Amino acid sequence: MHAPDDHESAYAGLLVNDAHWAFGTDFEDPLAGVDTTIPDGVDPAVLARYCLALGDDALVLSHRLTQWCGRAPDLEEDIALANIALDLLGQARLLLTRAAAADPSCVPALPEGSPVPAEDALAYFRDDRDFGNVRMVEVPNGDFAEAIARLLLFSTWRLALFEHLAGSGDAVLAAVAAKGRKELTYHRDFAGRWFLTLAQGTEESRRRLLDALAGLWPLWPELFRTHPVEAAAAAAGVGVDPASVAAEVDAVLGQVFATCGVDRPEAAPLAGVAGRFGRDGAHTEALSLLLAEMQVVARAHPRGQW
Amino acid sequence: MADAVASTPLHRARVAAESVVDPELPMLTLADLGVLREVRVAEDGSVEVAITPTYSGCPAMATMRDDLVRALHRAGFPGARVRVALHPAWTTDWITPRGRAALSGAGISPPGPAPRRDAPVALDLLAPRRRVHCPRCGSADTELTSEFGSTACKALYRCRACLEPFDHVKEI
Repeated sequence: MHAPDDHESAYAGLLVNDAHWAFGTDFEDPLAGVDTTIPDGVDPAVLARYCLALGDDALVLSHRLTQWCGRAPDLEEDIALANIALDLLGQARLLLTRAAAADPSCVPALPEGSPVPAEDALAYFRDDRDFGNVRMVEVPNGDFAEAIARLLLFSTWRLALFEHLAGSGDAVLAAVAAKGRKELTYHRDFAGRWFLTLAQGTEESRRRLLDALAGLWPLWPELFRTHPVEAAAAAAGVGVDPASVAAEVDAVLGQVFATCGVDRPEAAPLAGVAGRFGRDGAHTEALSLLLAEMQVVARAHPRGQW
Repeated sequence: MADAVASTPLHRARVAAESVVDPELPMLTLADLGVLREVRVAEDGSVEVAITPTYSGCPAMATMRDDLVRALHRAGFPGARVRVALHPAWTTDWITPRGRAALSGAGISPPGPAPRRDAPVALDLLAPRRRVHCPRCGSADTELTSEFGSTACKALYRCRACLEPFDHVKEI
């Protein structure tokens, strides 16, 4: 029998296995025992890079949402943003682990003897140019209205992607998407309700919301650009071409905007850098700063154990 | 005959695995929560257990794994393996009647039926209209405080009758 009070002894867990990477804190492989065989006809490198892109979107926005901890307008919203960040972090872990299992060569080399698991090596030991997230998720946090506007845009887009991805020919990606869409439905509902509240709240809340939306809008078209890796993943039946969900995403947003009395902003798309965008590893300096903060301790101690 | 079943390794392994409680909801066993998906004993006597996360980011998975390995070790199955089963995704419909009763008894409102969400999922700008009863006083006069609570699987409610706040396991 399991003694229920095992959880009350902080020392009990320390006796199980005392050789962990200092920053991984006993997190097991989130795909332990899952069949990660690559479907026939799929290029492992394509599958890995596609998973990395979707994983990086979740990882970077999760980090931005985590930065809200202790700063939201009230405790309930603080907890909500932290919960959403946790869901996205979980999605990121699964996707990064799936990428590493598909193509181990995408995992950065670490010093010999380093206990860093593949998912953490990908999160903490890649440089900004190796991150494939869309630039919208790396934008520094603004006010609460900005957090809501960004979450509405992001979760509406990602939910549409995941609904199609649930039919992926890669069983792991299909399962990650089927689970993720349940979570993203809650995220989108949360953001949509707050969007309505702020739009129809006070003059000040509406002004802030419209400002936030206008600020994010130049980054919106990038979410529907088809990167060659996405095209290849879609052609192989394992991924979703983001351009293919543009119409349905716009329809959902259109409903929210109509209910809220908000017009789509008129703003030119933010240009890429020599034709390269977030998926290509071309980012704003905000990502470099975010990663510097997120990675500095891990990079200083690649062999750290406790 | 019953004794013969009770003494099989599979039965003993199942009893041991099913006795492990959830680290965050210790009034529930992993079996009653529906995250324990399978217990297998191979021909060589080794045990493999499958668990599924409630939410992608569930931070309790590592603790569940360690607790299962320890419980099975104590039951005479050293080196039990715990694998992750991602498909099908966990749903609150898998929480057993006994689990629901245990939640209520601990002051946590159990989930209603999980929504059937056929793609594309409609966006709902209104607060969810659940019929949630206060687990303390039984009143149906309750209000949602937040769809996100102390753990990934719970929403926060408040009872208008007895004024107590309480957790509700949200349907997923």
